[in-house]
Amino acid sequence: MRLLTHNMLSSNIKGVTNGFPLRIEVEKVVEKEVDFNVDFLRNMFAKIEWKALAEASRTMGYSELPDDAESSMLDSDEFLRKFHHALLELHLEEGALVCPETGRKFPVNKGIPNMLLHEDEV
Amino acid sequence: MWYLCVFFHRLLEYRKAEFESLAGLFEGHSGATALEWRLPEDHHPDSPFHFVNLPSEEMARDIAGRSILVKGIYELWGEGRSFEELEEAINSYPDDRKLPYLAPGTTFKITVESFGKAISSRDQSDRFQKLAFIPFKGKVNLRNPGHRFCLMDNDDYGDSNGLPPVLQRRIFFGREVGASDRKILQTYQLKSRKYLGPTAMDAEMAFLMANQAQVKPGKLVYDPFVGTGSILIAAAHFGAMTMGADIDIRVVRDGRGPDCNVWSNFKQYGLPMPISLLRADNNLPPWRSGLKEVFDAIICDPPYGVRAGGRKSGGRKLLKGVIGPYTVPDDKRTDHIPSTAPYSLVECVHDLLDLAAKMLVMGGRLVFFYPVLREEDSPDPTFPEHPCFELITTCEQILSYRYSRVLLTMVKVAPYTEDIELAAKLQHIEFKENHLKWLEDGNLHSAVFSPADIQINGTGEKFSSKPKYRGKYV
Repeated sequence: MRLLTHNMLSSNIKGVTNGFPLRIEVEKVVEKEVDFNVDFLRNMFAKIEWKALAEASRTMGYSELPDDAESSMLDSDEFLRKFHHALLELHLEEGALVCPETGRKFPVNKGIPNMLLHEDEV
Repeated sequence: MWYLCVFFHRLLEYRKAEFESLAGLFEGHSGATALEWRLPEDHHPDSPFHFVNLPSEEMARDIAGRSILVKGIYELWGEGRSFEELEEAINSYPDDRKLPYLAPGTTFKITVESFGKAISSRDQSDRFQKLAFIPFKGKVNLRNPGHRFCLMDNDDYGDSNGLPPVLQRRIFFGREVGASDRKILQTYQLKSRKYLGPTAMDAEMAFLMANQAQVKPGKLVYDPFVGTGSILIAAAHFGAMTMGADIDIRVVRDGRGPDCNVWSNFKQYGLPMPISLLRADNNLPPWRSGLKEVFDAIICDPPYGVRAGGRKSGGRKLLKGVIGPYTVPDDKRTDHIPSTAPYSLVECVHDLLDLAAKMLVMGGRLVFFYPVLREEDSPDPTFPEHPCFELITTCEQILSYRYSRVLLTMVKVAPYTEDIELAAKLQHIEFKENHLKWLEDGNLHSAVFSPADIQINGTGEKFSSKPKYRGKYV
């Protein structure tokens, strides 16, 4: 699971009002190279929650992202490279996503987050 | 300028739809594109030959090069009912359009074709001789010609071969401006693919869907029923970033082992891996509430319960009201496998439209299959509607005597408002509370697989309408 995915997901258990961001429990992180696409990054920058991304990347062992970011920073190649790496190249291979309200764990195995709810959570 | 467009004689309703989607793609236009079309004289509407008005030769080349159903696009130099008429037409075609392609130093190749029948090599050279009046000054190069020309001599081929009737012989001669690359279909054909599921989308259709969705590099494409990834593979081929979800974790996570799964399918073709694969339920999507307008296109083949039925969260018995809500014991939660309930087509499509309305960018496209029953006296099928979407094209593909699937292409024309979101939530609750009713309403399976005629046995009682063996239909 890449952090772009993490940035889009939330816990949708019945009754949970703020299931975002999911806390990451790391067992195994792998890095996978992805082609660098500036337009895609610029596009995504407007859509993502920066704080959640910066925090998630630190949990995954990458601490190069600033706490805050604004769109003017997209002009810097260095910033774009770091953003690219954090958003697309860090993979949670094994671990879990934890609902911030209930503590329910959504397991991540073989890089696939399992977001399906149990019967009593629907 | 008008060009002669020659299609492959396949998927007739998809041909112009694909062409116009690609015209929009290359013009940077996401809404419906209506090009001017004209049929050649005496031609049946299903004929592979059409004239189309395009703004530039470059556009014609781009469309042909990307298209799956365009065989070639030609600058027509002449046409006629006979070689005499053809010669006259070519001679009166302006020299300044012809001479640059006939000049000394150029290389060229001429092919002779006839739609609906084969021409022997003797007949071919016969026809070459008849073109001797064209002043070719260049050299023939069959391998790598600078200019390609095509003589299309279409005559009556009888009426027993299932092709559109030919009323009158028609000969076209033109310079090829662009041609399709059907080789990609061989590269991606399903039988060469490692990991397949029972409903994997065949390569030709997957590429057509990607073209309907105007996929291009840097775009983010989502398939909520990803399965083995057959649709996203086509999108990735055209350079898109891909994301997929499926409710079946065995398919999306495990596949058939470490070298035979969704990832390996992408690896097999040297395509970039999906940005994300996850297990999620389309009925209760796990996207955070503030997230919207992230996908450029959503392309999918929803489970409509004929070949494969959809599933959603919530146990079968629970939704039937047979038992009260089941509480999973705390010590069993980690490995608990939640039961799922059948997912009716109406609800599935409702969820899909709601998701797409929220998650697509303005001008983004939603491309998906919708099943229709083919009853003789049934009125024209009605297709799903949504205030955020304009339906651009409907392309039918007949699957059996009983039903066909229609590829719907919609474009997002209005933003997702709070009112729309609220209405969708109320509908979601209605589906949940009246689960059984909706399930029966949309039961396509029984309509498709019930016997054709009501059979009466000796005692006058009807046989059970339930088919005994359906394996061969699946």
